[in-house]
Amino acid sequence: MNITSTILQKQKKKILEIWLQNQLADNALRDDLMTNDELSKQSDELLDALARAVKSGNVDNIYAAEFEQITDILSDVSITRARQGFSPRETATYVLSLKKAICSVMEEEYQDRPELLYKEISVINNLLDQLSIITFETFIKGREEVILRQTDEINEISTPVIRVWDGILALPIIGTLDSARTQIVMENLLQEIVNTGSNIAILDISGVPAVDSLVAQHLIKTVSATRLMGAECIISGIRAEIAQTIVHLGIDLSNIKTKASLASALQLAFSMSNVEVKKVQKNTGFGITR
Amino acid sequence: MIVMTKDTMQIVREQDVVPFRNRVREYAVKIGMSLVNQTKLITAASELVRNMLKYASGGKVILEIISKNAQTGVRLTFVDEGPGISDIKQAMQDGFSTGRSLGLGLPGAKRLVNEFDIQSTPGTGTTVTITHWKHGR
Amino acid sequence: MDRIPILKMGPYLLVTIQIDLYDRVALNLENDLITMVSKTEAKGVLIDISAVSIVDSFMGRILGNIASMSRIMDAETVVVGMQPAVAITLVELGLTLQGVHTALNVEKGMELLQDMIGLHSSSTEDDEEGPDDRND
Repeated sequence: MNITSTILQKQKKKILEIWLQNQLADNALRDDLMTNDELSKQSDELLDALARAVKSGNVDNIYAAEFEQITDILSDVSITRARQGFSPRETATYVLSLKKAICSVMEEEYQDRPELLYKEISVINNLLDQLSIITFETFIKGREEVILRQTDEINEISTPVIRVWDGILALPIIGTLDSARTQIVMENLLQEIVNTGSNIAILDISGVPAVDSLVAQHLIKTVSATRLMGAECIISGIRAEIAQTIVHLGIDLSNIKTKASLASALQLAFSMSNVEVKKVQKNTGFGITR
Repeated sequence: MIVMTKDTMQIVREQDVVPFRNRVREYAVKIGMSLVNQTKLITAASELVRNMLKYASGGKVILEIISKNAQTGVRLTFVDEGPGISDIKQAMQDGFSTGRSLGLGLPGAKRLVNEFDIQSTPGTGTTVTITHWKHGR
Repeated sequence: MDRIPILKMGPYLLVTIQIDLYDRVALNLENDLITMVSKTEAKGVLIDISAVSIVDSFMGRILGNIASMSRIMDAETVVVGMQPAVAITLVELGLTLQGVHTALNVEKGMELLQDMIGLHSSSTEDDEEGPDDRND
């Protein structure tokens, strides 16, 4: 394999040239995301690192210390590409086209010694396959990070706490309630209870598509935490099908105040805080007396 | 996984609990953990250190800031040379206690942190490792 | 500091916990409070934990004990000012402090005690407060 390393060093320029050609030849590569200069600088660095690593002789274990620099560069490349919105194909081509370049240079060099050529090419094949797996893993991880960040943002904006009355908060929940979301709902709600000194919080779940035992558990947790703070929690927006599933699943909500609609929850909240709402005789609409 | 900061604290008396909790908080603040996650981590640590004092009359805790897959977190390892736990499964159940407590220590601590591992050999001691990531997942 | 001061305010006892307690201090507090309840025949106990950043199962048990013991002596316990992070952690821990009343702050805790004790006394003896027109 020192043959490989010799070639990598001796023919570096040529390999780099073919490699860059290969990369650029791919129609799918968009030059709007990265300039050619950047691309060739990145490729040059990687090739240097590869030559050094192969020289060490340890080509079977890419997790060895010699390969750390390469895996670092590759991870860096794939994560950056994932964030910039490169397609998986473009990212994979990056490493796979290097394989093609090295192989073609080797073929030229050793065309008269097929046995040696075969052996060396299979070593290179093996090595670069492993490297492309790493590239792919990090690419997907990069994408996952993007998704995770977006989820966080959605969670943040989708849990508004509204002060509907002096001492009464309402929190409409829209979408599924998983544990991460519950966490944010609880934090926002409890903080707002402290900020406004509210006694009552209404959790409206009309926007929650389905309530299973896990969601119910999250609701119960939120109610318990609110009570620990010294406030009461009413759950409203319980549709017929949700009531059905709750009973069929055997979930006990009996010590939680529940109401079918936000309006009736508000009414309960009013009566709990000794506020009376009534129509005034003169038709000026609503009047509220305390 | 990379260990960025490492420290060991001996826990022998109940007076060591509060300084220990403060040290854990220091670590959590250092990596920018949110208040809720800090509180969860410290509460879990408090439960475990209390167990250590109660059942093994003390031990040591290794505090570390670790980084794995571009995430930072605090890892705490509680090592004691106490009597050990013969039935870990039972000890991990809510409400089970051989002492006069609520029996929430181990299962509660597990619910509070992201990663929880317990190893115990009766007669030799118990090691509990917990990890809580910066973003709490 | 080994003891937490207990203030007597009319028929109530007020305790403000300003530091993270270690076990001995918490146990002392439980003892002292119960002794005070019996000595002063207090009708309510108000525990302000707004400065407490950690409540673990031990501390939770102490709070529960104080509440149960006081109740036997006919005094209600209200824990006030729990931090949001502490409440979330307690729920996750599985500790919901059954039997302990809670309120947002000392003022609201006092109101709650007044309501509860007012209800108690109205059921046993005559209600001396006139203009209280609550109809639950």
